[in-house]
Amino acid sequence: MTLTVRNLSFAHARQPSLDGIDAAFEAGKLSVILGPNGAGKSTLLSCIAGVLKPDAGTASLDGTDISSMPATARAQRIGLLPQGAETHWAITAEALVALGRIPHMRGAGPSIDDRRAISAAMSATATKGFAHRVVTALSGGERARVLMARVLAGEPQWILADEPLANLDPGFQLDILGLLRRQANDGKGVVAVLHDLHHAVRFADHLLLLHEGKLFAQGSVKDVLTAANLARVYGIDANLFKDEEGAIQLFIKGKIKA
Amino acid sequence: MKARALTPLLPLLLCAAFLVSLMAGKVWIWPTAWAADNADGWIFLELRLPRAVLGLCIGAVLGLSGAVMQGYLRNPLADPTVLGVSASAALGGVLAIYLGINMLPFGLFGSAMLGAGASIALLLAISRGGGPIGFILGGMVLSTLAGALTAFVISIAPNPFAASEIINWLMGALTDRLMTDVWTALPFMALGAALLLSTGRALDALTLGENGAKSLGIDLMRLQWIIVFGVGLAVGASVAVSGVVGFVGLIVPHLIRAIYGEQPSRILLPSALGGAVLTLTADSLVRLVPGPGEVRLGIAMAVLGAPFFLLLLLRYRKGSI
Repeated sequence: MTLTVRNLSFAHARQPSLDGIDAAFEAGKLSVILGPNGAGKSTLLSCIAGVLKPDAGTASLDGTDISSMPATARAQRIGLLPQGAETHWAITAEALVALGRIPHMRGAGPSIDDRRAISAAMSATATKGFAHRVVTALSGGERARVLMARVLAGEPQWILADEPLANLDPGFQLDILGLLRRQANDGKGVVAVLHDLHHAVRFADHLLLLHEGKLFAQGSVKDVLTAANLARVYGIDANLFKDEEGAIQLFIKGKIKA
Repeated sequence: MKARALTPLLPLLLCAAFLVSLMAGKVWIWPTAWAADNADGWIFLELRLPRAVLGLCIGAVLGLSGAVMQGYLRNPLADPTVLGVSASAALGGVLAIYLGINMLPFGLFGSAMLGAGASIALLLAISRGGGPIGFILGGMVLSTLAGALTAFVISIAPNPFAASEIINWLMGALTDRLMTDVWTALPFMALGAALLLSTGRALDALTLGENGAKSLGIDLMRLQWIIVFGVGLAVGASVAVSGVVGFVGLIVPHLIRAIYGEQPSRILLPSALGGAVLTLTADSLVRLVPGPGEVRLGIAMAVLGAPFFLLLLLRYRKGSI
């Protein structure tokens, strides 16, 4: 199972644009898209999710162009956790998670499969304790897990997460990253847009670094986050090092003066 | 739990409101006289029955349209009038009265439906490819334009009598409606309501925002078309047959949400039932106000609705909605 992006371009006045992106994502790995604000990270993720239609080039899933797949079939295979954690109505956590089953629903009510998937997703995210509370009354950390459960409930092969850690405290950020990690270990394809370089260094199996709409570098953490690349893309003086336990860490010394 | 225990409440209330609407008026007609071969029986069959059926249908489609619009725009202050369909249908009706077409069979109804149809076509043209914002801006511009043209037609009315006839019709009422009015309006309302009732799942998905809904396989363009046609047909027909009755579409979904929770799909049918209850009750009340003539239903509804709306805004500012 691979997700391939070929020569993908997107231009729109209201959205950072993309120019000729070539990339490949593998199932079973946690891929992270990095890049400064406005580099086109969310645009790329939206094109892969089928939410935006690229102007040129393709994003394809096992050889099938995603933008030409029937919407329901696409939604069954690719789950998107959108940016901003929007929840417009005060519905219960369980009802919110059940929305993830929409691509699978046929009849009026949830089937046995639907109920099982909802229950499993809520167990995996430890959200059963507040299943009957309304989402607007939950803390940010609880709501983030409920929204993640919503994506898992759809049982997609691919999980795309757009800035899933925004506005979360460090402990909750690690909860969400842990959930994504577990999904990748279970064989799912996981692609996340992240802002925090330290998290990317610790959790990513595969990195994409975007810069001004172009793919600047792609590969392992060591290959992508070189001092030269970090200086060029982020304008920061930073480098990777091994800590006393042998894990790779990132140290940011400061901003490079122009 | 709370919602489940209350499920039989709305149908029961609706039955009660419908029965009262059949009986209430300057002349009370008890069920024993319904089949009687006298003046009472005649009033019941020719006046009360069509009036009650229309009140039920109009209230139901207005409540349902309001619930759909609020769900679609994810804004509790939206209502069916933001699409400009009511104003356009009203303009059609006013033109019919001005030109005397209302004397022809189906003249008024047809002209108002043409107005609604024109607004549907314009909305679809305006909103092509755009999101809800362009769609709603288009609707509001349409509403303002139709309102201005309506005022213009009133201002050039040939005599005070024609002007007053137009204004009276605009205010919305169910007085002196016949069974033919019911049969003319019903197919449009039924089709519109069926379209609107089919939107539940898509509206639920929109709880997650537009990208969330799209990623769940919801076609937002299609949803927009269904809503334009659904509201256009249902509300267009209701204006064509009763003039403009406001506030039902705004208030009812709120009351329903307080009881049934906020999930958009769960409040569609209850909002239809609630709209019918409110309209039937208000229409029974206007008949019971003493004095000659009747308070217009549209006015009564606004008098009841405006304070509620203000209360809603005050609560909204406190952030409790």
